[in-house]
Amino acid sequence: MSLLEVKNLVVEFPGRRGTLRALDDISFSIAPGEILGVVGESGAGKSLTGAAIIGLLEPPGHVASGQILLEGQRIDNLGHEQMRHIRGRRIGAIFQDPLTSLNPLYTVGKQLTETILTHLPVSAAEARERAIGLLKDTGIPAAEQRIDHYPHQFSGGMRQRVVIALALAAEPQLIVADEPTTALDVSIQAQIIQLLKHICKSRGAAVMLITHDMGVIAETCDRVAVLYAGRIAEIGPVHEVINHPAHPYTAGLMASIPDMEEDRERLNQIDGAMPRLNAIPQGCAFNPRCPRAFDRCLRERPDLLQAGATRAACWLHAAEVAA
Amino acid sequence: MNAAVQPLVQAHDLARTFDVSAPWLNRVLEGKPRTLLHAVDGVSFEIEKGKTLALVGESGCGKSTVARLLVGLYEPTRGGLTFDGQDAHAAFKGGDAKAMRRRIQMIFQDPYASLNPRWLVEDIIGEPLREHGLITDKAQLKARVGELLQSVGLSPLDMVKYPHQFSGGQRQRISIARALATEPEFLVCDEPTSALDVSVQAQVLNIMKDLQRQRQLTYLFISHNLAVVRHVSDQVGVMYLGRLVELADKKTLFEAPRHPYTRMLLDAIPKMHDTGKARTPVQGEVPNPLNPPPGCAFNPRCPHANERCRTERPQLLTLGGIRIACHAVEEGRI
Repeated sequence: MSLLEVKNLVVEFPGRRGTLRALDDISFSIAPGEILGVVGESGAGKSLTGAAIIGLLEPPGHVASGQILLEGQRIDNLGHEQMRHIRGRRIGAIFQDPLTSLNPLYTVGKQLTETILTHLPVSAAEARERAIGLLKDTGIPAAEQRIDHYPHQFSGGMRQRVVIALALAAEPQLIVADEPTTALDVSIQAQIIQLLKHICKSRGAAVMLITHDMGVIAETCDRVAVLYAGRIAEIGPVHEVINHPAHPYTAGLMASIPDMEEDRERLNQIDGAMPRLNAIPQGCAFNPRCPRAFDRCLRERPDLLQAGATRAACWLHAAEVAA
Repeated sequence: MNAAVQPLVQAHDLARTFDVSAPWLNRVLEGKPRTLLHAVDGVSFEIEKGKTLALVGESGCGKSTVARLLVGLYEPTRGGLTFDGQDAHAAFKGGDAKAMRRRIQMIFQDPYASLNPRWLVEDIIGEPLREHGLITDKAQLKARVGELLQSVGLSPLDMVKYPHQFSGGQRQRISIARALATEPEFLVCDEPTSALDVSVQAQVLNIMKDLQRQRQLTYLFISHNLAVVRHVSDQVGVMYLGRLVELADKKTLFEAPRHPYTRMLLDAIPKMHDTGKARTPVQGEVPNPLNPPPGCAFNPRCPHANERCRTERPQLLTLGGIRIACHAVEEGRI
């Protein structure tokens, strides 16, 4: 059974000028121990998907329909208090900016033990012991001394390690990591990605990794979902999506990334920009920018269709299904 | 070097030190010495007309300080910049300041912060033209702003809009149009695409390349993204803690990097098409620039460091067609 299942998730923001549908019919699942990547441009709905799962949607945003199931149990309709017990204990979260995810007024040890004591039945001494162990696991040298330091005494990379330790503190089954390496330099990024991968393998935790960096997705994930304008454009095994993209948007996205191995005078570009939420075109949301759009794309909105080893929301693959 | 191949931009031994000392009273009472931060410490390079030099390095290595020195936003503590045979920093201070500023312009990283939200695009792009007294006639100014917008792929009709009505990529094009307004010869671009999505980044990089071809522009391109650098540059300089550690033409640097730090940076890039393959993570972090290690600043992270590296600072030497600051390469150890 999948650990997390998202079924037809719709997130809406009611406003004075009508309701904006920010996530539209998102469905996917994550198996235990699996790393699912979620990519897309700014505003595609990546972070919102993560926020919906951990129950931290900013009001007035709310889940309008659909379900989120953790081990078969619905978590999208839980109350604030019940969700607090799940968050941290069963779902851990890592955010982009390590400085704002830590409280500057408390030592990292205090923040770690607080999390452990909230969720696990251990004594204060055991909690401290555990906290030191977590810092060691995340590769922080001299953890016994560092535990009594404040966040500002750590460098950016070290702080992100503390945030990872914090997310792992209550041994969650699922970790939602929203752009965990975007604020870091490449050299530090590689260290953090390796740590995340190693820790998830050794603890059997599943990860939903949200990022706009295809390189990070390529080396880390098992499967990847490509989001465009609040919908999944393509989802499938990471190797297939990167090397044989089935959706024209994925193909365009892949071609626009400067490649280290290949020389091109000009980069391929997808003309135009992603539509605003209040002006999503009829039919397929990508049709105004799509080089292969035909009349059906302008009228009907495609659902995910089987396209080789992946599934893509594109009418080009309708024939394949019928055949 | 004869006059025919005189590079347009020559930086020689550029250095900038910031005083980050505690206040005077604390220094006196607590007996603390002055603390100086050597943000840029002796950087030299040349850029030929119509070429692009890229500077890469991790946060805090002094890339952006170099950019600010080049456009005259900072005064160098030591060294200087020769632009087209002229001492640029003397010009920035003298009566020719405007003439020099007209020829050197800058594109900033964040298109959300570098455009005044209360100004119309027309005023934003027209400001340098008015400021330098290039166009005074209103109708002509409008026509020129329209042309500039077209040159970056926007419509002249966009001039009556405000920055918030544009997406990130379009805003960055507006700042490029503003930088081009005075018809500069040299553009300093400080992470121009770092705040943009990849598909938009491709649009902006293509425009920058087209403009370079059409107008023979010279670029200094600062980025931490090596794949982008590989795409846009002719020459690449790698910086570490305020100094250049390797400077070579693009092909040589990417195909045969010599400095251990350059190698480490290249190994740290995720490889797109070998999915699931782990990178070789770089060990350690950039040291505190207030208290850099003695000898080569990279020695605590370097697998090839020996006693000499820990005591003697390597100079930037010309070895086999590239410039490199590394004892191990000089001695032929690597």
